[in-house]
Amino acid sequence: MNSKAYTGRTLITEIIMVLVALLFLSPFYFLFVNSVKTFGEIMTNSATWPAVFQWENFSRAWSLTNFPLVFTNSLIVTVVSVILVAIISAMGAYRMVRHNTRFNRIFFLILIASMVVPFQSIMMPLLRVVNELGLTNTRTGLVMTYLGLGGPMALFLFHGFVKSIPLEIEEAATVDGCNRISVFFRIVLPMLKPMLMTIIVLNCLWVWNDYLLPSLILQSPNLRTIPLATFSFFGEYSKQWDLALPMLVMGIAPIIIFFLFLQRYIVEGIAAGSVKG
Amino acid sequence: MRNRNFAKELGLQSFFVGPVLIFFTLIMVVPFFLGMYYSLTDWNGVARSVNWVGLQNFKTIFTNDPDFWKSFSFTVRFTVLGVILTNVVGFALAYLLTRALKLRNLMRTIFFMPNVIGGLLLGFIFQFIFIKGFDTMYDITGWSFFGLPWLGDATTGFWGITMVFIWHQAGYLMVIYIASLTNVPTEILEAAEIDGASRWQLLRSIIIPLIMPAVTICLFLAISWAFKIFDLNLSLTRGGPFKSTESVAMNIYNEAFQNNRYGLGTAKAMLFFVIVAFITIIQVRLTKKREVEA
Repeated sequence: MNSKAYTGRTLITEIIMVLVALLFLSPFYFLFVNSVKTFGEIMTNSATWPAVFQWENFSRAWSLTNFPLVFTNSLIVTVVSVILVAIISAMGAYRMVRHNTRFNRIFFLILIASMVVPFQSIMMPLLRVVNELGLTNTRTGLVMTYLGLGGPMALFLFHGFVKSIPLEIEEAATVDGCNRISVFFRIVLPMLKPMLMTIIVLNCLWVWNDYLLPSLILQSPNLRTIPLATFSFFGEYSKQWDLALPMLVMGIAPIIIFFLFLQRYIVEGIAAGSVKG
Repeated sequence: MRNRNFAKELGLQSFFVGPVLIFFTLIMVVPFFLGMYYSLTDWNGVARSVNWVGLQNFKTIFTNDPDFWKSFSFTVRFTVLGVILTNVVGFALAYLLTRALKLRNLMRTIFFMPNVIGGLLLGFIFQFIFIKGFDTMYDITGWSFFGLPWLGDATTGFWGITMVFIWHQAGYLMVIYIASLTNVPTEILEAAEIDGASRWQLLRSIIIPLIMPAVTICLFLAISWAFKIFDLNLSLTRGGPFKSTESVAMNIYNEAFQNNRYGLGTAKAMLFFVIVAFITIIQVRLTKKREVEA
């Protein structure tokens, strides 16, 4: 698909695309410049560069939201959920490919079918289940829910990937006396690494940004994740843009940094994950 | 010997598949069937006792729930427009960024970046842009586009959500289209060019048919995002003004958690599931038919 020479036409395309890219970036510009303005300046002119940089906005929002706490909460929930989703679905997919019994085939079909079910359709009874298990308002309850919701998609992606791994390597290891569990953890899991990265990265974006589920399971302010804290902060200080905007900047900064560092995996993961479909 | 083997296989099966099976059953299967049951009751979410009401909830939805149908109409209109526009924008970006542009990697990063922000925070950011940012832009440019009462009435609320949705999701579709476009064999395109095909003909008769698998996926994803929209809806307009921008997902949420009518809410949720499943199956069938091999 690559054209050969850099012609005048390519230059025009390039210029147009740069303009479109600037348009795409403009919301970030508005957000950042206004987050360091005084309230008065935001009100009178929200488009210009700040006359004075009011960094104090950030320190106020930082302490009002108890940002270190909510950041840690988000981090714990995301890391634990994502690692567990990746491991249990890799294990399941491995077994289901290598041991293709009727039970496993039917279970696989059910998992695929379940991906059509919208979260709202199970939301209310799910809360009842979490409640019956005594896990309302706990991180365990939240993480457990992510395992159930994220499992099908992850398992589906691993399933396709495991199929492409040649059986001979595992057989050689079995002959050398490895049992099936250590074959998986020492030989198969490392070979799953590309798909593992994809699944980790995609699930990180999902869990980190999720609002609805944590809002239903976690009530205690001490457990709040970034989206929950932002929501309640916005309720309290809506229209106080000199506090709300720095909060939003702090809220999106971690995930943007994560993206800029890992974008290769994110982009490859999306492309790889979608081709299978 | 056979028994020992069986026990061993059962152990391995439970070890490997057990965790997924348990969590999937607890989190998806049990609530799904419970939901079917609750949709036939007057459950209010709190009381232990629930009364069987048969199809009463569904009757209420179909005969006496204008708000639900209002939200349904909003969701359908939003989905149609949102799906078309995100795909057009996503494809256009991908098409132009597969040219030999100097800054193309940087631009791919920029176009994808909005996608990593969660819908909730995004809605809040755009509340500011629509309310304050557009106001200032109006003062500077005088364009009436910026002077509209953004998010203040049904029309601008609808277009506001649609615009933010495109900004949020087009980059994701762009990535899929780029992956697909780079797989289009150059020889075919060159052969067609030698035969005198115009750029438009190349696009219409060669490129688009060859990337139909990507189109299937992108339509599938966009439909599912748009039809189930909730976070962005909640933070940008809260369904307002006067419920004019309330999505079905939000209507279900409000029925349960604001009106405390869980029975009616689950009935709507089941109906929602049936509609989503139906659309998904139809759409995948239709576009799969149009896929061709290179």
